[in-house]
Amino acid sequence: MNAVTPNTSSTAVREEGAQARQEPALLPPVDVVEDPTGITLYADLPGVPKDKLDLRVEGDQLNIEAELALPVPQGMTPSHAEVSRARYRRAFTLSKELDPEKVSAELSQGVLRVRIPKAEHAQPRKISVQVQ
Amino acid sequence: MYRSLFPRDIFAELDRLQRDMSGVFDYSPSIRGFGRGGYPALNVGSTPTSVEIYAFAPGIDPAAVEINLDRGVLTIDGERKATLPAGDEKSTLHLNERFEGRFRRVVSLPDDIDPNAVSADYRDGVLHVSVKRRESAQPRRIEVR
Repeated sequence: MNAVTPNTSSTAVREEGAQARQEPALLPPVDVVEDPTGITLYADLPGVPKDKLDLRVEGDQLNIEAELALPVPQGMTPSHAEVSRARYRRAFTLSKELDPEKVSAELSQGVLRVRIPKAEHAQPRKISVQVQ
Repeated sequence: MYRSLFPRDIFAELDRLQRDMSGVFDYSPSIRGFGRGGYPALNVGSTPTSVEIYAFAPGIDPAAVEINLDRGVLTIDGERKATLPAGDEKSTLHLNERFEGRFRRVVSLPDDIDPNAVSADYRDGVLHVSVKRRESAQPRRIEVR
């Protein structure tokens, strides 16, 4: 399914509709903040160690895929589960003025912070008018 | 900070609806209500020797979390501070789904737990509380002489 999302001018990061569905995954909650020099995304990924996080930019897509790794004692039977899947997945489409080459990310205590700067040419600058 | 008038679009709403629905369809109601979907999310499991509680609480200061066990009821209390830059006129908040503020979750534990044998650790945003069962309640092999 390829959902057609109205690309409103106020939203620089557009969420992608369902892609080819792989195994079911949890949708992590995110905050997305834009400032004049770029976009910062925060995602809650509790239970994900650094090596189980797969963050990639493919074309104009930012894909977050992560696996939960909880050390669980042997022989534990779950009696109540609100987190019922062991995988997180979410994808965003980056808009043109963002620079996918300069994405940086850090993961700390289950919170992923991704910084996507705007390309040089897209950053605000004053344009001087030349008079012939 | 500027917040848009329509912070959620229809697709985000559908996602949320789907999450809420999945919560409705495998519920086990208790005296404390459904108790689902809050922050932090809770998973509870048991082994023959202990009860294990996992609270999915990313981005908190573990020192500021209070865990109390009173008459078989475990309470997890804490606060998640805002990470978003406040009061910045030039930034725009496009999506705001993460929880912030004070939280409290309550779990009632089985009768055979030992209130003096509780341990807790915080790793990768998950608070793990382990409560041992009383020695006398643990399964034992009885030898026939």
